[in-house]
Amino acid sequence: MRLAQHMAVASDKVTAVAIEANEFPELSQAYRVSAVPKIVINDRVEFEGALPEAQFLDAVLRAVEPAGP
Amino acid sequence: MPILAERDQEAVRKEFQRIQGPVKLVVFSQELVAGDMCRQNEQLVREVAELDERITVEVLNPQIDRARAEAYGVEDVPAIVVEGARDYGIRFLGVPHGYEFSNLIDSIIVASSGEAQLSDETKSSLAGLTGEVSIKVFSTPT
Repeated sequence: MRLAQHMAVASDKVTAVAIEANEFPELSQAYRVSAVPKIVINDRVEFEGALPEAQFLDAVLRAVEPAGP
Repeated sequence: MPILAERDQEAVRKEFQRIQGPVKLVVFSQELVAGDMCRQNEQLVREVAELDERITVEVLNPQIDRARAEAYGVEDVPAIVVEGARDYGIRFLGVPHGYEFSNLIDSIIVASSGEAQLSDETKSSLAGLTGEVSIKVFSTPT
């Protein structure tokens, strides 16, 4: 996913790991990957399929929000 | 036998005209854990690096080069770290074929300049981040 890498370059708070799901079956299973691409942010926000930039950013921001009450 | 066909090499060379500065690809390989995959990964990275003299390759073994692997946060092999003027936090786990291959090429180009191709709104939102963000993207070659 192109956006993840570009966000990593834009911010030193962001890291982007591209994982080849077939080669890491345990990891893929742990993250319940059934369709690709699957994006998981801070093990907290996840979605499947490509999102436009604004929505991808929104997912990133939701992943760093303080936990609700 | 090369992994990249002549046609692919040409296409990548053309893309690499957009490279702005030096890029280092740090490859993590461990024969005992995933020999075939690691050899394939290493070969692919070397073939890519041969297409532009601004790209250098360093191969590490996480079992031997433990401190470096830890510093890069790399636990699995095969893995690739794409570094430009600094380590931007770009990692690839597994051999980047298919879609991931074009992603690797794009990562090399963006790391070479440090200039993300994102809207100003996105950049300013990211500049305001106070916590760490770890994005994992799972994909398959097809």
